[in-house]
Amino acid sequence: MSQTADRIASSPAPDSPTRGLSLRRALDFVGVQNVSLLIALGILVTIIGTQDPVFFQTANIKTIGTAVAISGLLAVAQTVVIVLGALDISVGSQAGLASVVSAMAFTATSGNAALGIAAALALGLCCGLVNGVVIVFGRVNPVIATLATLAAFKGVAQLVSNGRAQGYTGADPVFIFLSRGSIAGIPTLIWVFVLAAAAVHVMLKYTDLGRNIYAIGGNDNAARLSGININRYILGVYAMTGLIAALAGILITARTGSGQPVSGSEGLELEAITAAALGGCALKGGKGAVSGTILAVLLLGVLTNGMTLLGINPFWQNVAKGTLLVVAVVIQQVRSGERRVGLPT
Amino acid sequence: MTTPATAPPAAEALCVEALSKRFAGVRALHDVHIDVRAGEVLALMGENGAGKSTLLKILSGDYQPDSGRLVLEGEPVVFRTPAEAHRAGVRIIYQEPEIVPHVSVAENVYIGALPRRRGRLLDRGALHARVQADLERYGFAQVLRPDTLGGRLSAAQRQLVEILRALTGNVRVIAFDEPTSSLSEHEVDALFALIRRLRDDGVAIIYVSHRMKEIFRIADRVAVLRDGRLVGQRAVAETSEDELVRMMVGRDLSAMFRRRHTGAARDRSMLSVRSLTTDDVTDISFDVRAGEVLGLTGLVGAGRSELVRAVVGDLPIRSGRVLVDGEPVRLRSPRDAVRVGIGLAPEERKADALILERTVRDNVSLAVLSRLSRFRIVRRGRERDLVNRYVRQLDVRTPSVEQEVRRLSGGNQQKVVLARWLARRPKVLILDEPTRGIDVGAKAEIYSLIDELAAEGIAVLVISSELPEILGLADRIIVMQHGRITGELTHDDATEERILALAMADQLTSEGVIR
Ligand SMILES: Nc1ncnc2c1ncn2[C@@H]1O[C@H](COP(=O)(O)OP(=O)(O)OP(=O)(O)O)[C@@H](O)[C@H]1O
Ligand SMILES: [Mg+2]
Repeated sequence: MSQTADRIASSPAPDSPTRGLSLRRALDFVGVQNVSLLIALGILVTIIGTQDPVFFQTANIKTIGTAVAISGLLAVAQTVVIVLGALDISVGSQAGLASVVSAMAFTATSGNAALGIAAALALGLCCGLVNGVVIVFGRVNPVIATLATLAAFKGVAQLVSNGRAQGYTGADPVFIFLSRGSIAGIPTLIWVFVLAAAAVHVMLKYTDLGRNIYAIGGNDNAARLSGININRYILGVYAMTGLIAALAGILITARTGSGQPVSGSEGLELEAITAAALGGCALKGGKGAVSGTILAVLLLGVLTNGMTLLGINPFWQNVAKGTLLVVAVVIQQVRSGERRVGLPT
Repeated sequence: MTTPATAPPAAEALCVEALSKRFAGVRALHDVHIDVRAGEVLALMGENGAGKSTLLKILSGDYQPDSGRLVLEGEPVVFRTPAEAHRAGVRIIYQEPEIVPHVSVAENVYIGALPRRRGRLLDRGALHARVQADLERYGFAQVLRPDTLGGRLSAAQRQLVEILRALTGNVRVIAFDEPTSSLSEHEVDALFALIRRLRDDGVAIIYVSHRMKEIFRIADRVAVLRDGRLVGQRAVAETSEDELVRMMVGRDLSAMFRRRHTGAARDRSMLSVRSLTTDDVTDISFDVRAGEVLGLTGLVGAGRSELVRAVVGDLPIRSGRVLVDGEPVRLRSPRDAVRVGIGLAPEERKADALILERTVRDNVSLAVLSRLSRFRIVRRGRERDLVNRYVRQLDVRTPSVEQEVRRLSGGNQQKVVLARWLARRPKVLILDEPTRGIDVGAKAEIYSLIDELAAEGIAVLVISSELPEILGLADRIIVMQHGRITGELTHDDATEERILALAMADQLTSEGVIR
């Protein structure tokens, strides 16, 4: 097939193959999607940093890190669900339920932190599977299914706890280590978030599992006809999300010193979806990455922190977050050259 | 369609002047001059990726040219949106029709111009009557009903809906982008009758196709594009197939496809289907043997695609059995089929095969990822080598394997689907319309590839509506009509006439051939 080779050689070459190779590499590494997020983050850091030098102090950076760890975990899990083409609105309730259960199991085993944590994780896995089963076998749309379990899990958490904070974990060394300890000078909370995010990132980007998740989200017919067991992936992704939500719940317990049915977790689902969308996930599925979500989580964290430092009315923070989200998505859509007709995808 | 046929024949309905269009890294059109006269059929030919669809999308206002202009009946025009082109009387019938799945054929045809009564109430009766009249006038009444839902239409029927839609209102220029690639022979006849009628009414027609035979049947002139440039124009009466191929490919196509594999020699049945009955097909039995190519043909709607989807477990089976390599199997999903070694490349590439927003690499390696992985990590180097090999073998025109598939031309997208299954190396390969939208050169290459696969002992089942393709490739041909097999022919005694006779068995006896 030498003719074939000729034809390939004569077909249009990628632009400027030598010049800008390193730029290309760098772009490939961060991902073109993420460049605008990085720029936004840079601008924000510069503005806040010049206004108030406290911002750059190690203590403040740790504060930002620990503040975003919990919602960041949920955002990372949400990223996978969204790439699959689904949505999980129940993550906040799952975290609340896990928080209560971790504290109650801790108390019931007269202070065994490991059992408390294990019970919460097992429960999270079950909650995730419930979501998956309702969606796969009940054929319920993921938004509706998890809207239902959002209410149901919250209700269960309130029932078992009677609506009150449970147990007292604040004196247990394991929980103290989780909330206030550190390894190599970096708070444990941040470690948990970074390790979980790294694991999910590797799964999504480098394994066949992750690639198949993109395929399902991109075109489920194609995935099915290529031999991918879609139902198993749906179950698996929701189970994983349940597990991560439980982890977030355990961290809530650790931070507050007791199991919180609602107060520590309410609204986290929306923060997670906000971060994922800001990070470049397309709600129709097949597009998005953990790296973008993490940048978005950081962006939102820095924004909140900075506005607090500068003493701006907290109500403005919500306005700023909302504006940021809309602007970011508009920029993404304009760049992708989507036709301006009908409901956008 | 009221322009009198007495209009001066030389009137240029549409001139394309010095048109250029670039996409990132790809020069899709470069300084193209083409004109088409009222009452003329201009064929536009060129290899996959030559720029034909891009030209049409500029005519329809879908894309904006980088430079150059359009002149419609002497007036320079700029179409910023498809609606503007529509208003000016320019219609494009796309390669991939867009049909609303949840509304009827009638509503799909008159979308945007639905007849109303008393305010905004839809007048369904008037709508259906009007569409029924259109269908009868254009000779499609046998294949399309106004009240079928869009989602239930076959590829051919969707194409017809798209054509009917284009014919509403005043039409001056109409362009067809590979309209016949999903039509079977007698639907093509109906379409050609329609095109001639439009031509006689003084419409200027642009016709894009990879099928030589059609060009010589329908076109008055041919314009050939290569790598975005116009390489020449000829009057059909003064050119030959060979010359056109040379213009398109830029070289002589060394001998078209010759069959080399000898399927008859082996008799190990790799796929056996016994008395299979589903919602769409009845009592189907056949074998595909190792090393042979079995052709499956019939008119559109005969149930061919539904049959193979049931075989791979994608549609429920009512009764009957499937055996793979002699072993009875129960395939509950395409996953089971892939596991026992059956691959299906479906007919609808966009809906069922491609992940448009992902790269060529992702799409080609989709069915072999687990083989490429160790400890679940996909080995990138191996993946890239494998993908590059098939991209080269099939000559997929893409700046790199990292290009998103949605940016490739139609024919190159089809090659990506084939590459996916070639990479998988199944025991049984089912190809549903494998060369739909593929250019002459690449077609020949795909035929030899199928031939090689068979020679290697793979059992190949090819569904095709293109009779020359089936006749050239298949060792045996089975013909279906209305969900049943009406006959089987061997390579040696198959002819177009015999196949057509089997495909239309009952029309011939009871209703007469529809023309
Ligand atoms: N939106 C796009 N973005 C980037 N490149 C594009 C885009 N659309 C088309 N191209 C490129 O422009 C070239 C011309 O494509 P076009 O679809 O016009 O080819 P074609 O002649 O219609 O081919 P085919 O016979 O395969 O349909 C191809 O190389 C294609 O990859
Ligand atoms: Mg095309």
